Amino acid sequence: MVQRLRVRYAKRGRLRFTSHRDISRAVERAVRRADVPVAFSAGFSPHPKISYVGAAAPTGVASEAEYLEIGVTRECDPDRLRADLDSSLPPGLDVLDVVAATAGSLADRLECSAWEIRLPGADPALAGKAVESFNAAERIEVERLTKKGMRRFDAREAVLDLHAIEGGETTAGQASGQSCVILRMVVRHATPAVRPDDVLTGLRLVADFAPPSPPEVTRLAQGPLDVRIGGPADPFGLDRDATRGGETGPVGEHVDGDL
Amino acid sequence: MSVESLFPRLEALLPKVSKPIQYVGGELNSTVKDWDEATVRWALMYPDAYEVGLPNQGVQILYEILNELPETLAERTYAVWPDMEALMRAEGVPQFTVDAHRPVRAFDVLGLSFSTELGYTNMLTALDLAGIPLEAAERGDDDPIVLAGGHAAFNPEPIADFLDAAVLGDGEQIAIAITEVIREWKAEGSPGGRDELLMRLAESGGVYVPRFYDVDYHADGRIQRVAPNRSGVPWRVHKHTVMDLDEWPYPKKPLVPLAETVHERFSVEIFRGCTRGCRFCQAGMITRPVRERSITTIGDMVEAGVKASGFNEVGLLSLSSADHSEIGDIAKGLADRYEGTNTSLSLPSTRVDAFNIDLANEFSRNGRRSGLTFAPEGGSERMRKVINKMVTEEDLIRTVTTAYTQGWRQVKLYFMCGLPTEEDADVLGIADLAKKVIQAGREATGSRDIRCTVSIGGFVPKPHTPFQWAAQADHETVDRRLKALKDALRGDKEYGRAIGLRYHDGKPSIVEGLLSRGDRRVGRVIRAVWEDGGRFDGWSEHFSYQRWMDAAAKAGVDVDWYTTREREENEVLPWDHLDAGLDREWLWQDWQDAVNDVEVEDCRWTPCYDCGVCPTMGTEIQIGPTGRKLLPLTVV
Repeated sequence: MVQRLRVRYAKRGRLRFTSHRDISRAVERAVRRADVPVAFSAGFSPHPKISYVGAAAPTGVASEAEYLEIGVTRECDPDRLRADLDSSLPPGLDVLDVVAATAGSLADRLECSAWEIRLPGADPALAGKAVESFNAAERIEVERLTKKGMRRFDAREAVLDLHAIEGGETTAGQASGQSCVILRMVVRHATPAVRPDDVLTGLRLVADFAPPSPPEVTRLAQGPLDVRIGGPADPFGLDRDATRGGETGPVGEHVDGDL
Repeated sequence: MSVESLFPRLEALLPKVSKPIQYVGGELNSTVKDWDEATVRWALMYPDAYEVGLPNQGVQILYEILNELPETLAERTYAVWPDMEALMRAEGVPQFTVDAHRPVRAFDVLGLSFSTELGYTNMLTALDLAGIPLEAAERGDDDPIVLAGGHAAFNPEPIADFLDAAVLGDGEQIAIAITEVIREWKAEGSPGGRDELLMRLAESGGVYVPRFYDVDYHADGRIQRVAPNRSGVPWRVHKHTVMDLDEWPYPKKPLVPLAETVHERFSVEIFRGCTRGCRFCQAGMITRPVRERSITTIGDMVEAGVKASGFNEVGLLSLSSADHSEIGDIAKGLADRYEGTNTSLSLPSTRVDAFNIDLANEFSRNGRRSGLTFAPEGGSERMRKVINKMVTEEDLIRTVTTAYTQGWRQVKLYFMCGLPTEEDADVLGIADLAKKVIQAGREATGSRDIRCTVSIGGFVPKPHTPFQWAAQADHETVDRRLKALKDALRGDKEYGRAIGLRYHDGKPSIVEGLLSRGDRRVGRVIRAVWEDGGRFDGWSEHFSYQRWMDAAAKAGVDVDWYTTREREENEVLPWDHLDAGLDREWLWQDWQDAVNDVEVEDCRWTPCYDCGVCPTMGTEIQIGPTGRKLLPLTVV
């Protein structure tokens, strides 16, 4: 492996219903169709060196900011790779940005996520009140079934910002003319992860607020917490700075972590 | 009349169901055509879950061929899981296609591909969800023609009341012919409505329209005769055979799903038909004669298919793939071409023969070396003579020994239980054979790290085979023999732990037997099972034997009469008016030979034994060698 590329991709529209496993198969095939010189692990059952960074957006949740890394055996131009990979993936799985990895672990930079939750048909006044109560609370215990069984944890502390805005545009699955509440929030990554549905559970617990139809959730961004903007900054910033400054050593020198 | 997409209504249901991606469509290489520009529209259904149905070759081939025709469109639909069915009923969302999410009832034809009879209840769910009357007689001019194909359509009688039509054999050419009949009829302003369209299809001789045939019964329940009930309808309907597979190189662009499916590979049929003459094998009987695809076409299809799909596994399909006259060159040529690309090749359905190990070594060169599977089918020498599976114990031991010494650690052996004339000793013979396999493997390798898995399927007598007259073993007998086999293996200290045993209980085979050799009276049972909630009968977690028995009792259908009863030579069988090309007298003779342990050679390499197919169908065996080789791929 001579180079590692960091990829930001989106899952949009109908393809928000893909699971993480679905995406990983689709990416593997797209890499083959696009003739990306992907490196393979050695051994009895070789696997392409593609690793997914951070917690994947759950099945049914759209995202503008998912991340993966690809190890390649021949140096690739990031812009070319972005275009090739994007055209090999089905529309809806869209490659947005590719950089050559420099120092540091990308996973460590994904400190928080910005989310948008659209609630078609929800009452704006009730939503506003529920958000107020949520923000006023110190601690909100929620329960969710995780891989390790039913877990009880605080859904409040990790939420750095939560506010409601009123949206007028219609979305799929919504009758036209209906109101739509939009919640925006920034959540720090923690264990167990506080997900948008945990926040919705929290809103129900503190204010008995329940949206009338399934929420449409989108992850807008992930990255290191930028206190000036109160949300995630671009996690590729460091890689781009390093490349621009020409400070990188031999390719791959600073690569750490195991693909 | 334009048709709107159901997707906005469906989308609201997706967050509430398991594996929602299966309903979304948008697979790579899928096609959405303009509704209004098409004059003939097909909805193609594989009546099982998406994960099973999507990889189906038959559906993919017809989908591509029909969509290549001008003014014709084809979309796909699959059985929805019960959680989705409940939501669709609650919200009034009808059965939809996954391509453009159009309502199935809006299409001209609903074509169903039945690989197995266990999809019948799923057909009823789809019809009901689509808003199409279950009984063909109740359908009107606005309903699609419900058309069945696939191997189970060689006896469509149990679902005759639910079908408008059925076709036998290869679908490529007849699907196009049907399209043209419909196009012409529509262009004329649909004269005579549905009845005339069906009549035109029946008159063509290539489409079976059950309603144009009456079945009379003897007082004892046997069929007296099946006869056309109007003039112009042929007495017998013949199967279709595509003679030159090189002219039909489909699928060209395989569908690549986002959802996980049962076969994640690009498959190419390397030949159709099989003349090995295994007497239990319906596929081998009804797909004759053997027609090979040439080595160069296979090479071209693999190259294009891998490029278009990104799959990292290629399956070379047929009923006995190692029998292709140039399989050695195909294997080596493909392995050379894909050297160093982590593309693996697989060859399902191979015979017990040391030559296969060389092939398997070739095939695993670029990919993963998993296990090898061989199918002796019968546990004793006598049993194998009865079923005409010409494998000696010596062949088998030699083959697996070669496999073990060349580094294969896991060998799977496939057998059947409940075969005609079978006795307890024949099944116990499987245990002896498995022990000998392990012993030979240990001796040859000097290692105790040798495993074999014995996998056992229940035998079901099938129409158009020499065993179509045979009594099916009752499930108590099958279960008793399987238990004895299990005890013999588990109790063995020396070998027991090296041998895995996989089997199912005998009850599902009885239901399959009822549906395989049933007649029109069995349709009532299918409907009653479906009304009682029967769905996904091919899935053990959904299948209920009791539900089928209760429904049969309620419908006054004697299951034993259809399954465990041996038929006489002159009994009219429900499928006698459907012609797979096999001479009935030859089938009977072969049945008699079976009972007398007489074997029949493969007619590819020995003289014709007059099964009847070639002269009746005007076909002939088409095999190589062509003498050509696969050249290395040139990198552009």
